[in-house]
Amino acid sequence: MSAEGGVKRYLTPGWLIVWIILIGGAVITFRRFAIGLGATTNLSDGAPWGLWIGFDVFSGVALAAGGFTMAFLVHLAGEKSLKPLVRPAILTALIGYVLVIFGLLYDLGKPWNIWHAMFWINHHSVMFEVAWCVMLYTTVLFLEFIPVVFERFRASRALKVMRVVAVPLYILGVILSTLHQSSLGSMMLIVPTKLHPLWYTPILPLLFFLSALTVGIAMVMTEAFISSKLLRRGLEFDLLMRLGRYLAVLNLFYLVVKFQDLVRRGAWEYVFEGSRESIYFIVEMLLFILPLFILFNHRLRRRRGFLFTSSLMVVLGLILNRVNVSFSGLLGSTSTRYFPDIQEIWISVFLVTLAGLVFGLAARYLPIFTHEEEEGEPEPEPARGVGPRTARSEGSA
Amino acid sequence: MRKGLLIDFTRCIGCGACMRGCREANGLPQPGPDVPRPDELDGDNYTVVLQHEDEEKGGLFYRRLCMHCEDATCVSVCAVHALRKRPDGAVMYDAGRCFGCRYCMTACPFHIPKYTWDTNVPVVSKCILCWPRLDKGQEPACAATCPTGATRFGAREVLLKVARERVHAQPERYVNHIFGEKEAGGTDVLMISPVPFEKLGFQTEVPTRPLPELTWMVQEKIPYVIVTGGFFLWGLRWIINRRIELAHGETGAGGSQEVSR
Repeated sequence: MSAEGGVKRYLTPGWLIVWIILIGGAVITFRRFAIGLGATTNLSDGAPWGLWIGFDVFSGVALAAGGFTMAFLVHLAGEKSLKPLVRPAILTALIGYVLVIFGLLYDLGKPWNIWHAMFWINHHSVMFEVAWCVMLYTTVLFLEFIPVVFERFRASRALKVMRVVAVPLYILGVILSTLHQSSLGSMMLIVPTKLHPLWYTPILPLLFFLSALTVGIAMVMTEAFISSKLLRRGLEFDLLMRLGRYLAVLNLFYLVVKFQDLVRRGAWEYVFEGSRESIYFIVEMLLFILPLFILFNHRLRRRRGFLFTSSLMVVLGLILNRVNVSFSGLLGSTSTRYFPDIQEIWISVFLVTLAGLVFGLAARYLPIFTHEEEEGEPEPEPARGVGPRTARSEGSA
Repeated sequence: MRKGLLIDFTRCIGCGACMRGCREANGLPQPGPDVPRPDELDGDNYTVVLQHEDEEKGGLFYRRLCMHCEDATCVSVCAVHALRKRPDGAVMYDAGRCFGCRYCMTACPFHIPKYTWDTNVPVVSKCILCWPRLDKGQEPACAATCPTGATRFGAREVLLKVARERVHAQPERYVNHIFGEKEAGGTDVLMISPVPFEKLGFQTEVPTRPLPELTWMVQEKIPYVIVTGGFFLWGLRWIINRRIELAHGETGAGGSQEVSR
């Protein structure tokens, strides 16, 4: 590829949008830290938390749950056939967690004090638990991912070491994830009089954990579809259909628990009260319920468009749920109006774009979709022979 | 000993001396004489005096400020102990410790903590019961400046007794409710009023149990989740992998290599 062709690649309409998002993001980033939260957000005393907490942090952590659900399924529960999906899932999770921390820096009033969380510990605070789990789990994800880099550079000795600690790492990762995915729900247990009764329930931690498992699977699927389009790679459709069955069961299980809780607390009446909250709740529920009609239908599940739609709906439903629980469902208690400023939305889009770019870069230079090479797809010379099989046989020799 | 304030709305004349005294004591900006009084707490006001026109009792003035809960929600949620409950009752704030997550603002059942949004070094803003004055043996500025004794400083037990006596002695003058006696497990600021507190926008729906119990019930189980979960996951993997190993062993060679991956 000539140098000119290389430049032209990044001047297509698609890339132009990316450049606009990046440049705008840089400008808003400067404004945010130079002037402050007041100038860049619509946050107020009545709405101290907004999009950056609800989407970037609460949703971001849940959307990165694919890392531990796939690691559990394949490496601990023996579902070996799904193995080709693990690496992309762990990479997404790693990028996701790094961006959650990065995104949090925008939202914190004094981000330069973030390290205080490591030295002054209030073990009564759920925030402390979430902060530590996120820190530790990001480290675990890094260690789970690093063998991919070692493979690329044929560091067989380092690979050997990583193989010894692999299983303890997967176990640690699942425990840390279980803890903080549910703890994000526990954070809101302390606002019984402020969070709307459609969402406030003593079992918030359980609901957060179950929905994280569900969306972890949905996100792996959504992302496989999108990356196959954008990176022009093959699609492991048979595996995605298989994953679709897991999604169906987990999603149904989450909804059963959620509806039982709604009935037990007598919160049904609020569903049809016609308020803003009730409409948000109904939309949220539909985004979880409608995919079930696709996923439990043998014929629809076999169609790419339908399977993609179902996983995407679950992802959107989860984002709406986290938005509702973390700030939208609280606004009624102070009759505050809040809709994110364009700059808040821009930064969230900016972060997702960054995530996509890093993923694309990693997929280009590292053996992420290794099964494609194993199936004998042509590969440029430097990358040949660094697939897992070769590297491992070197390691064990 | 827990100290606090008793605020008797029937004695408040709405002069605003407490607001001025508070700003002065806490180094907050003093607005010019033409600036109207804020109608809610904000980043520059730890307390406000508000007016209410009641159809039965006529006009009255009342105050809003931090309730200084005995088991404070904000203290419990703050991950870095930037908010602390002092033995003398004050819930103090350490701006140098705070990293600005605003969980305290989200969590406070009384909607008290506010934020200085329009600066790039923002802080949480709320009444600190003038703890630096308490350390010097002085009363909080609002109690010291109040000309009518509507705001009174003292030991909580004593103030509670005074409040009960007043409410019982003149049932036609007060509603039978000491706000802060039981709310959120009890607060060190107590209020008595001629009209029901919910009419004045006070959060009477707040439970009488301390709110931090709600999260601690879950939080305290974490060590068990770690130990039980770790053992369960290890056992699960051991059983399943052994099965895969045996299945491959039966079908022939190559199995053990597959398992090692």
